Amino acid sequence: MTSSDLNWDAIVIGGGHNGLVAAATLAKAGRKAVLLEAGNEVGGAARTEEFTPGFRVSAVAHLLNRLHPDVMKTLELERHGLTVERGDFVPSVALSKDGPLTLHGAYGEVLTGASTSEQSAWKELRAQSLRYAGVLKPFLSRRPPNLGDMSLAEMTGLGQTALALKRLGKEDMRDFLRVLLMNVYDLLDEQLSDDRLKGLLAFDATLGSHLGPRSPTSLLGLYYRLAGEIGGLAGAQIQPKGGMGAVVAAIRSAAEKAGVSIRPASPVAKVIVEKGRAVGVITQKGETLRARTVVSAINPATTILDLVGPREVDTGFVRKVKNIRMKGDAAKLHLALDRPPQFSGVDAAGHKGRLVIAPSPDHVERAFNPSKYGEFSPEPVMEITLPSLADSSLAPSGACVLSAVVQYAPYALKEGWAAGKPQFLRAIMAQLEAYAPGIGATVRHAELLTPADIEARYRMPGGHWHHGELQADQMLISRPVSGWSGYDTPLEGLFLAGAGSHPGGGISGAPGLNAARRIIAMRA
Amino acid sequence: MAQATRKKPVDTEIDTALEARSAAQSHFRTLRLGTPFQPRIDALGLKQDWYSWAGYRAPHSLWDEELEYFAIRSQAALFDISPMTKYRIEGPDAEAYLDRVTLRDVTRLKPGRVHYTAWCDDEGFVLDDGTLFRLSPTRFRLCSQERHLPWLLDSAFRYDVRVEEETEAVAGLALQGPTSFAILRDAGFAGVERLKVFDLAEFAHDGATVTISRTGFTGDLGYELFVPADKALSLWDRLMAAGELRGIRAIGYTALNRARLEAGLIVANADFTTSEHAIRTDRLRMPDEIGLGFMIDPDKGHFNGRRAILEARAKKKLRHVLVGLEIEGNIPAEHAIVYYKKGQEVGLVSAAMWSPMAKRNIALASLQRPYGDTIVDDLWVEIYAMRELQYQKLMKKAKVVPRPFIKLDRRTANPPADF
Repeated sequence: MTSSDLNWDAIVIGGGHNGLVAAATLAKAGRKAVLLEAGNEVGGAARTEEFTPGFRVSAVAHLLNRLHPDVMKTLELERHGLTVERGDFVPSVALSKDGPLTLHGAYGEVLTGASTSEQSAWKELRAQSLRYAGVLKPFLSRRPPNLGDMSLAEMTGLGQTALALKRLGKEDMRDFLRVLLMNVYDLLDEQLSDDRLKGLLAFDATLGSHLGPRSPTSLLGLYYRLAGEIGGLAGAQIQPKGGMGAVVAAIRSAAEKAGVSIRPASPVAKVIVEKGRAVGVITQKGETLRARTVVSAINPATTILDLVGPREVDTGFVRKVKNIRMKGDAAKLHLALDRPPQFSGVDAAGHKGRLVIAPSPDHVERAFNPSKYGEFSPEPVMEITLPSLADSSLAPSGACVLSAVVQYAPYALKEGWAAGKPQFLRAIMAQLEAYAPGIGATVRHAELLTPADIEARYRMPGGHWHHGELQADQMLISRPVSGWSGYDTPLEGLFLAGAGSHPGGGISGAPGLNAARRIIAMRA
Repeated sequence: MAQATRKKPVDTEIDTALEARSAAQSHFRTLRLGTPFQPRIDALGLKQDWYSWAGYRAPHSLWDEELEYFAIRSQAALFDISPMTKYRIEGPDAEAYLDRVTLRDVTRLKPGRVHYTAWCDDEGFVLDDGTLFRLSPTRFRLCSQERHLPWLLDSAFRYDVRVEEETEAVAGLALQGPTSFAILRDAGFAGVERLKVFDLAEFAHDGATVTISRTGFTGDLGYELFVPADKALSLWDRLMAAGELRGIRAIGYTALNRARLEAGLIVANADFTTSEHAIRTDRLRMPDEIGLGFMIDPDKGHFNGRRAILEARAKKKLRHVLVGLEIEGNIPAEHAIVYYKKGQEVGLVSAAMWSPMAKRNIALASLQRPYGDTIVDDLWVEIYAMRELQYQKLMKKAKVVPRPFIKLDRRTANPPADF
């Protein structure tokens, strides 16, 4: 036992952005908080890292589109250097052999490159999607309702949702309930005709999930995306200056200002449990820290199965935790290029935006199919950014960084990633070459992170970005597991605050904030 | 007009394949399996009164219910317990594993001892009760009413332990009654006199080993014997031969059921509904609600259901209580409704009989708290007595009494008495 015993109100495990948000929120409420991060740097999958000398890139997440306004406000992130202005919004460009199509502003306030009739169809679909996503939006900043023992506040919250539904009007309300669990493919077919636009939306709906556009419930992914906002506008996206690490730096600064003691390179070995109560942790270095509250902002399965251990919880709970589906299906590509690539038909503004290779919903579906059987997509779909175009500090002068999220790359590749990775990289490069001819010759260095790499490097089991599939059966009251969705766990004093908890993944800070609010409310 | 164009298959290969397939699916031809003792029991089963015990053909009664019951109390009764579900649990972590799965403190169960225990799901509802035999520091046998292999295997995650079902491989006999000890001694099981209640030991039998424990379900002097299935018949014959002059009789379940009621013991799915069987949410029972609260040890390590059980205690959420009743008169109150002040329904009798040993009309009943818990006066049962095709409704006074209803010194006497 060391001197750090009994000195803390709260120990936060994991310095990913949710852990930082949770720790900062607790500290702002007067709790004495210590944050233990396993790696040498905080930020988790939201770090900016140098992947080859002179080239830096947002390590996993590379676009900011859902940092929750409550997080911005609670932690006063603007005062800590994080500003978002309308001018920062970047467009989404659907790449195609038939020429690109661009969604400008906040998720296509203006659509260019499509026919007039498609533009008006999009206007309607966009408005409808934002209305429907708006019904779900209040859930993001709330604890999922406890069905067994509902509080007045929860009842009121649900009542407000019912009201929001009612405010949609009879037609919209019926339609909302009809489409909510629908697949995105069929909905797009109902309303749009341009394959490029449909491909882009199909891609966005399934990004980060083990779902194809034709999989039931895939539309929910699009609504999840559109329930997020940045700079006050739903669906907007920015490439933070300095990469995602800059966002983390702001949150870290807020945390430190609030008095959080941040300890990198302090991996936790074990949560100490005494008589059904979490009372502290033991680090891998053997240090014991005790606190009234232990908050785990790492993966829920790692927390329960490895840090707590199945012996301290019930069999049924272990069953549920083991059954959380979290096999990642997305890879991350980082290219160090001699010079900026030229994507055919795309203007300068477009190159600073998000470039999506998903030429049609059928193409996305075909890319998905092999992943069901443990094979990668021979013609993968992807979302590309060129962060160094807007922030020259990320690459040496004249050179360029390319960052891409590539699907589908099943975690459990049949042939194994050691053998499969070079082949998958070739398939990705072939796609890039088709849309940006000559790009292959300018590659100075390529880093491809498969789900297996992401798992090892960022301590994300299954290499899953969301710490658990974000599908209907693992959302809201079922996230991370049914019966324990409100950030608390069967162990008194132990809380979950990571993306594995409601509302889920993405750089939102919402799970961390909600968890901290829950802890504060319990002690109030 | 459509014409029949399909020809009958004449291919003999197909016929053979079909035959092979139906041969592999012949299980449905045996509606109820026999136990390893079946040849002996069939020969004695004069009444052909069978029921299904976990899929096995088991006798309600072999020749006479009354005399079978009195064999337990006055002689020695042999009862086939082979259909009881048995698990072999072995490994360095077996003790820790069972301590997490079951309610009672397994670290205090010494090798060579047996205890009665129960286990719960996450919500603290009882999955089953049963007996745990500690055969060695690292080897146990868990006996239960229901099957639990998936639960037991899932519970074994991250324990160094092997869990195997051995229901078919191991045959079991209960030898119960005042002369049971003398029979075992005469059968040549030297040292059996040293077994105290809940002790177990291994003895040689027919080139194999028989595990004998001083346990049973009758509240009487008695033993249970476990033997490899292929030695079952020779064990039966050995006991029958040794017991001939001491009144040994094979018995069926009806007689045993009476004895266990006198002993105040409960039966899963008769006196309470196990949590995996319960369909209606108000049928689930916590240990405290079926008289098993004594098993809960908040100071031992974590066990399944601990959080829920302690929370229910703290928040006073326990809704039921299982009690022993003594009812006026001599008409068994089986499945009678229990009333408070003759008018308010407060529970149900799950088992009842006129006890020849206690000379009392006894019953087990499940009541809604606070009745049976803090309010124990003015309780009544309504008995529907069938009298020549007409019910005669009897409202009888019921008194909550402690269990067991009978206490026999010979059950625990050391050394066991020679009758």
